[in-house]
Amino acid sequence: MTLLKSREAILALAILVLLAVVAARFPGFVRTANLANVLTDTSPLIILALGQMVVILTKCIDLSMAANLALSGMVAGLMNIAGVPLPLILLAVIALGATLGAVNGVLVWGLNIPSIVVTLGTMTIYRGTIFVLTGGKWINAHQMTDGFKAFPRTVLLGLPVMTWIMAAIVLAFAVLIYRTPLGRAFFAVGGNPHAAVYTGISVGRTQFAAFVIAGALAGLTGYLWVARYAVAYVDIAGGFELDVVAACVIGGIAIAGGAGSVAGAVMGAIFLGIVKNALPVVGISPFWQMAISGTAILVAIAFNARSQGPKGRIILKSAEHRT
Amino acid sequence: MTPSPGRAIPDRLVPPLRRALTSWEMLLLAVAVAIFVANSFASPWFLDPWNLSDASVNFTEKAMIAFAMAMLIIAGEIDLSVASIIALCSTVMGAAMVAGAPTPVLVLLGLGTGLACGAFNGFLVAGMGLPSIVVTIGTMSLFRGISYIVLGDSAFTGYPADFGFFGQGYVWWVITFELALFAGLALAFGILLHATSFGRMVYAIGNNATAARFSGIRVDRVRFVLFLLTGVMSGIAAVCLTSRLGSTRPSIATGFELEVVTMVVLGGISILGGSGSIPGVVLAALIMGLVTFGLGLLNVPGIVMSIIIGALLIAVIALPRLWRMVAK
Repeated sequence: MTLLKSREAILALAILVLLAVVAARFPGFVRTANLANVLTDTSPLIILALGQMVVILTKCIDLSMAANLALSGMVAGLMNIAGVPLPLILLAVIALGATLGAVNGVLVWGLNIPSIVVTLGTMTIYRGTIFVLTGGKWINAHQMTDGFKAFPRTVLLGLPVMTWIMAAIVLAFAVLIYRTPLGRAFFAVGGNPHAAVYTGISVGRTQFAAFVIAGALAGLTGYLWVARYAVAYVDIAGGFELDVVAACVIGGIAIAGGAGSVAGAVMGAIFLGIVKNALPVVGISPFWQMAISGTAILVAIAFNARSQGPKGRIILKSAEHRT
Repeated sequence: MTPSPGRAIPDRLVPPLRRALTSWEMLLLAVAVAIFVANSFASPWFLDPWNLSDASVNFTEKAMIAFAMAMLIIAGEIDLSVASIIALCSTVMGAAMVAGAPTPVLVLLGLGTGLACGAFNGFLVAGMGLPSIVVTIGTMSLFRGISYIVLGDSAFTGYPADFGFFGQGYVWWVITFELALFAGLALAFGILLHATSFGRMVYAIGNNATAARFSGIRVDRVRFVLFLLTGVMSGIAAVCLTSRLGSTRPSIATGFELEVVTMVVLGGISILGGSGSIPGVVLAALIMGLVTFGLGLLNVPGIVMSIIIGALLIAVIALPRLWRMVAK
């Protein structure tokens, strides 16, 4: 536990150092108002990283999250054009996202197909479906109603609604992960699937639940994304699934499952969010972002592997010495 | 993921002929023939040898990588950075071309960059013991990220005329250089995997890495070599693709890694490692090539084809499992 705590402390420290470096070049970046903007801008990544976290905790991975987001966002846009009221749209995108997640979950649970194969497949299928739905047409700002676009940006108590939604989800996750049987089940299934079965936890059902949660969050984020950027087309959030995995890896979520924390996922996402927002400010071309997040992933996994310690190898080496 | 009881060991072996007839490769062959026949009825332009030869490029480059990826997946690893390696190789070649390097140097640089990228992946996975899926998700961003740093939104164009041979040249009649290379590499990889001790080691590692280690196989060295091999094959694919397109953009070969993995899995390589064959991958490459070409002749848009490829990927894995569940 102290190890986990220290890992998050190190990540927090890394974020502070990053902020200090940026502030040295451009002090305005660390003003409260700007930091709030960065937080709002990073909200979709934080929400998706939490969804991805529960999936990774159960030894799976969901590469279809960005495609799910794009499809749900497009459906939200189409429903808006059709005149559906906003609360109904919100319910519909969450339900749609959860259904798309459930498709992944059923294939993983019922047919025992490795999640990476399932979600590689559904990723292209979901994104292709947007094209089939729209024929490749865009939904532009002028086609959306003002209420639809304004909701995530409405300011409540100093922060936009989108940021509050993110905060509520983070809180809900803290409760779900640390205070419910399902939360324990995620760790149990990822930590040792065989032991989980003997304690009465269904591995498949837990993985299914993780995919449904991740899908529902992707669906909700789909609406937030489309409303905030006021545009919907086939390629929105293209490649975003990798940013989400990157946020989790940087946040110390073990890709082999069973280890990770809500704070880690949130900070991993915030780290990437700060990098993305700081690059243009300090005068580095945004084209550097991809290489920087790649390097951050590699550093993070090398670091995580060190702190976990290669226990399996020591046994092998001592056996080698005996012979 | 529920723990299954040990598989019952049958008291007699399936006769070799029946085993060959009911194998995955035989099913793929039947599917390939069916698609070929269906395509030739669906479009009058399908059976033209020049059209077929032109269409072969839509699978040859990916298939070259798929051979190496198949061995990597059989050994229980994966490399998601292959498309980004192509981007980086192509960028290095482009930069050298601008500096005035002749074609042989360009090719060597392309292959060398692929080798270096593979060595980097291999070092992180085999040397440092990190999980290959996250390592290659990281290097996927890193390698392509370097291309974006170098190129931004610009492109390298104006490759020398003789460089065009690798992607556009013909060896004999309608046989393109890429098609000949594809056939040669298929043969080479088939021999490497199925007829050498190295190939046996790959299977052994994929089935039980610990047991392989105890039987004297240098597991990490084999893993490292497999990443090198995948890097070099990506370099070869980069030479062919760059030569065919005649330009380098940082977004070159985006999404190739998906199609390569799909090809490998469709070819009957178990994603969990330990089983599969090169003939299966060759047939899967042909099937994917025929499907995309046939649908292209019918004016089906690319993104709809990608739905079909995605569905194909899930279906080929799901159907046998469903079949087994129903049969039980």
